[in-house]
Amino acid sequence: MIQVADLQKYFGKKKVLNGINCDIKDNEVVCIIGPSGSGKSTFLRCLNALESAQGGTITVDQFTVTDPKTDLNELRTHVGMVFQRFNLFPHMTALENICLAPLSVKKVSRSEAQSQARDLLKRVGLADKENSYPQELSGGQQQRVAIARALAMEPQILLFDEPTSALDPEMVGEVLDVMRSLAHSGKTMIIVTHEMAFAKQVSDRVFFMDGGQILEIGTPEHIFSAPRNERTQLFLSKIL
Amino acid sequence: MFAWFRTDIVIEYWPLFLRGLWTTLELTLIGIFVGTVLGLLLGLGKIAHVEQGPWKWPVRIAVKTPAQLYIAFVRGTPLFVQILLIHFALVPLLIHPENGLLIQGDLALLLKREYGAFISGALALSLNAAAYIAEIFRAGIQSIDSGQVEAARSLGLTYAQTMRSVVIPQAFRRMLPPLGNEAITLLKDSSLVSAIGLAELAYAARTAAGAYARYWEPYLFISLIYLIITFAMSYGVHRLERKYKNP
Repeated sequence: MIQVADLQKYFGKKKVLNGINCDIKDNEVVCIIGPSGSGKSTFLRCLNALESAQGGTITVDQFTVTDPKTDLNELRTHVGMVFQRFNLFPHMTALENICLAPLSVKKVSRSEAQSQARDLLKRVGLADKENSYPQELSGGQQQRVAIARALAMEPQILLFDEPTSALDPEMVGEVLDVMRSLAHSGKTMIIVTHEMAFAKQVSDRVFFMDGGQILEIGTPEHIFSAPRNERTQLFLSKIL
Repeated sequence: MFAWFRTDIVIEYWPLFLRGLWTTLELTLIGIFVGTVLGLLLGLGKIAHVEQGPWKWPVRIAVKTPAQLYIAFVRGTPLFVQILLIHFALVPLLIHPENGLLIQGDLALLLKREYGAFISGALALSLNAAAYIAEIFRAGIQSIDSGQVEAARSLGLTYAQTMRSVVIPQAFRRMLPPLGNEAITLLKDSSLVSAIGLAELAYAARTAAGAYARYWEPYLFISLIYLIITFAMSYGVHRLERKYKNP
């Protein structure tokens, strides 16, 4: 369960999040859509404290993210994140990328970490790539390794920050397929995306953001077929 | 054709040259080792940053600013002046038979007599190298894409774990060439400590030159020795670079 109340965030003097309010239930899949610069990614990054909030409160399950006493490292093992630019560790093989956090944070044994990592690679369809380095993989493959890496800590919640925006078009499908299967596996997923067809298909709810605010929340049918907010209508009319 | 070159001078002073070479190598190795350890700490100190919370100001005042000032001072003043300052001012303040802040009495007397110049020389070169190596570490660490740190932190790794497993291994590859340059600079700059009477290679050459009033032989000879060592060091760094190049 994620609860956000009146979240405020500035970059210098510029206000990027202007009073975000929302609740996200367990196992819910939420897609966040909206124009560039609307604060979608910043909002997502506040949820695992990669960005610090300047006002309001965020609670993620038992963690009060905005409380300075909260152990952020523990929070982050509970909230996985997948980045637009993959951010795989280039000096490690796919397997080592996945094993790093279980080994250093959870302190599991090497054999246990590796067998779990192999299972995860199989799950994202890359069982044969465990010894490949990131630069030997295509963008789509790298992003699938990054998803496996995030899953290795067995997080309850997964954040996706435009996971397909840096990919060549022919590789978008393979990544979305993996995400689709995750969506059916009962994890909470929050996805910032420009893939409207995907959002329509997998999400339980869609948030439309603009100007640092969530302007409209609804089921995909509602948002995509009968948006009420004027700016949602304008945005969708431009991209659909 | 090389008849004018009086090898007998080099042969006569061979033991002095050999001891000088040994001292030069010792100074260089100590400088690289101490300079790297101090340099890593200084480099991390210079980029230390706490965005908010109770540690923000203590870290800035006690860690970041001193590191910045130290690096600025060392890089902004000549090594030669630093050597003189350390040998004639700092070391006597710390090690003095009567009122040394660190060591006093007979031990101070012994250290001063037997190793005085060596302690000062090694200290000066190490402290100097540390500032340059700190900048190499800082630049190396800051050249790593911030997405790497974010990815590691988002998995729950601590700052220290992120540095150790993700940032420093990648930064190290980029730091190898400038670190190699710094080691070579250190070897050559160690000749400056002959000014405080430390018997390293340049001092040996000066002694031999003074005795015969011949300058070509001793200085060409030590040039050759420096050249051989710097070549060997470049080769070593080159091998390391190839070894640690991305697979």
